[in-house]
Amino acid sequence: MDLTRLEINRRTALLTSAAIAANVINPMRAFAQEAPKKGGVFNVHYGAEQRQLNPSIQASTGVYIISGKIQESLVDLDADGKPVGVLAESWESSPDGKTITFKLRKGITWHDGKPFTSADVAFTAMNMWKKILNYGSTLQLFLTAVDTPDPQTAVFRYERPMPLNLLLRALPDLGYISAKHLYESGDIRQNPVNLAPIGTGPFKFVKYERGQYIIADRNADYWRPNAPYLDRIVWKVITDRSAAAAQLEAGELQYAPFSSLTISDMARLGKDKRFIVTTKGNEGNARTNTIEFNFRRKELSDIRVRRAIAHAIDVPFFIDNFLGDFAKLGTGPIPSTSTDFYPGAGTPQYPFDKAKAAALLDEAGYKAGAGGARFSLKLLPAPWGEDISLWSTFIQQSLKDVGITVDIVRNDGGGFLKQVYDEHAFDLATGWHQYRNDPAVSTTVWYRSGQPKGAPWTNQWDWEDKQVDQTIDNALTELDPTKRKALYADFVKEVNTELPVWMPIEQIFVTVITAKARNHSITPRWGSSSWHDLWLSA
Amino acid sequence: MRIIGLAGRRLAASIPTLFLILIGVFLLLQLAPGDTVDALMAQMGGGDAATARELRKFYGLDLSIPAQLANYLWHLVRLDLGFSSIYGKPVATVIMERLPPTILLMTASLSFAFFFGLVFGVIASRAVNKWPDTLISTLGLVFYATPSFWFGLMAIVVFSIYLQWLPAGGFEDIGEVRTGIFRVIDIARHLILPTLTLGLIFLAIYLRIMRASMLEVLNLDYVRTARAKGLDETRVVMGHVLRNALLPMVTLIGLQAGTMLGGSVVVESVFSLPGLGRLAYESVIQRDLNTLLGIVFVSALLVVVVNFVVDLLYARLDPRISAEG
Repeated sequence: MDLTRLEINRRTALLTSAAIAANVINPMRAFAQEAPKKGGVFNVHYGAEQRQLNPSIQASTGVYIISGKIQESLVDLDADGKPVGVLAESWESSPDGKTITFKLRKGITWHDGKPFTSADVAFTAMNMWKKILNYGSTLQLFLTAVDTPDPQTAVFRYERPMPLNLLLRALPDLGYISAKHLYESGDIRQNPVNLAPIGTGPFKFVKYERGQYIIADRNADYWRPNAPYLDRIVWKVITDRSAAAAQLEAGELQYAPFSSLTISDMARLGKDKRFIVTTKGNEGNARTNTIEFNFRRKELSDIRVRRAIAHAIDVPFFIDNFLGDFAKLGTGPIPSTSTDFYPGAGTPQYPFDKAKAAALLDEAGYKAGAGGARFSLKLLPAPWGEDISLWSTFIQQSLKDVGITVDIVRNDGGGFLKQVYDEHAFDLATGWHQYRNDPAVSTTVWYRSGQPKGAPWTNQWDWEDKQVDQTIDNALTELDPTKRKALYADFVKEVNTELPVWMPIEQIFVTVITAKARNHSITPRWGSSSWHDLWLSA
Repeated sequence: MRIIGLAGRRLAASIPTLFLILIGVFLLLQLAPGDTVDALMAQMGGGDAATARELRKFYGLDLSIPAQLANYLWHLVRLDLGFSSIYGKPVATVIMERLPPTILLMTASLSFAFFFGLVFGVIASRAVNKWPDTLISTLGLVFYATPSFWFGLMAIVVFSIYLQWLPAGGFEDIGEVRTGIFRVIDIARHLILPTLTLGLIFLAIYLRIMRASMLEVLNLDYVRTARAKGLDETRVVMGHVLRNALLPMVTLIGLQAGTMLGGSVVVESVFSLPGLGRLAYESVIQRDLNTLLGIVFVSALLVVVVNFVVDLLYARLDPRISAEG
């Protein structure tokens, strides 16, 4: 394999990533001696414009990064990753898990002056989360009604038990509330408010100039005392990653969220004292790199071939040389950042072992032919990030070493989803699995059988395992947190044994932010959070 | 009046071409895997199959391809460019919003390239094979060989980060609301770097053409006659050579108007300008067929218009050529 040459080329990258490690300042460090300062404009890099901005109907970081400051959720996560009330003050579940009651905060008004009540919660839950919101519609599948006995109480009624823990972990992302009075008439998807959001949050929407910028100003009537500190937030649409890095350096941007710069620029700015480059504050947005196997290919339906492929790839080498400090070795679908569910590294793993890979392939009956070739596969990499592109090339070179020829077929986003999850025109695919704080939200769908054809990021491998299905279903309605954790440990063990998808790399998004920012990166989903306490030092 | 009639006839003649281009682009886009709903799913990070079905129906994607095409053309005949799925507004509105920055950038860079190409071309031809010629030709080659995204980024590094003279990107300052002349100055400041970046590559072409064309005309008989009758060199060049040497340059403008629209995708991305190039790129990625076809339509119209103006210019420069010919 021609990796020695690559190693030399990547040496600089290695050195810089070591430098970052030394320079990452703990954002939690107390700035106790500094008094919070009001005022200032915070300019944020916005790489990919969305079609609309309402987080009640679209769950994605591209929406949260903006409307997470304008609209609010029932709950958010605190510094320790525990659910903490925002619009909800308290909550309780009935013993059978079928009724969950939220007490709402009093005296909150929408930006247009109307009061926020439980009617808004009921309307949003029934008409947006259950019907439109991606992942929300799955989460709330068994929600039958939301009762509103008084303006401060919302009672969620479920057909099947809903673990309180699951709901509370999902709601920071999937629990944004929209105003009933603005949405009750007409088509929700076509409502103009979706592009000029009105919420209860610390910042009020001002202006959206498509292709250029979005502006939100301080909400003087915000319910939290003394908040917010910033006068204004400006999101600047910059599609070129290098240009965004240049604007940071020119002082025209203060924050590039969610790994929006190139790996080399993030490494470079990490050495610059004017910036802080950290994965802190993004733990709630962990993702894993995947290798997805299509069982319609005879070779890949053989478990020995899948295991051989996993063994043939030197993942630690790849991480050290290409991703540096921004990634670590993964152990399966549940990332180590998810402390409530992470089962440890004791599940079946596939360390780099070329001899074993070759032996497994031999055993499966795919002996090396002329020139060492056994068979060839088509690999479709997703276009989400440069790490996937590098990773797919690395897979190609690694598998060549054990006699599997890999052809890489590149597509843009729409094309990738269509070919992999709808037309199944792939042998291997690789992309990201986004973990959303609880395995039931967006993880188990990668393994549960019976996913409708065409649903992206779900089990489209033509693989079905009754045992795995059973474990997933049991965990979904298990109310006892300890038992749920144990069930998910079983789940990881089972899928790591069968290996329909292998998830050997764990990544957390990288934040690049001005060193003048205070109270940043303090919660696991800080980029998406409301920034009510963010301030800029002089 | 004669010109308006002429313009009308020209436009009418280009209608079949326009339709062929649009049908071609429509069919070409059908070859790309995935539709706008797949692109939306990619952007959202997931969604269920029922939602996708509903959205396909909403965007009219549940129809067959011939039906979709017929639908589109029928709307187009009534001058309706359709509805943009990524912007949620009529395509005509979206394009009108994006047209001014592109046209501004295009006009500025073309004028820049044309003017300096002309000046440097003349200088080079007057000092052919001497040091000014060598210097200008070498620089021209360097500009021509440099990729525009690199040029743009380097310009930002030097003028925005290091010297801090000019803004690093954007169309105008968001911080303050400016009106009248102050807004014009602000936008001009934002357009200096993109104009230079886009213009320098074309400058190289223009100066080469101008130099060659000058050298050719300088050797013609009538120039010798002009010299023989005792005119000084400046008057020979300005009065007799320049005008005739300009014709190939004008031809080039007509040809490059189209290229400029396409070439600005890179410059618009690097300098975060809200122009047509970026809109087109985004429409492809998002499979927003209506918007893309709308852009192709408008760009094709622009090219037709520019070429018409070029033909009129020909007639002005050289009376032997008639615009009607």
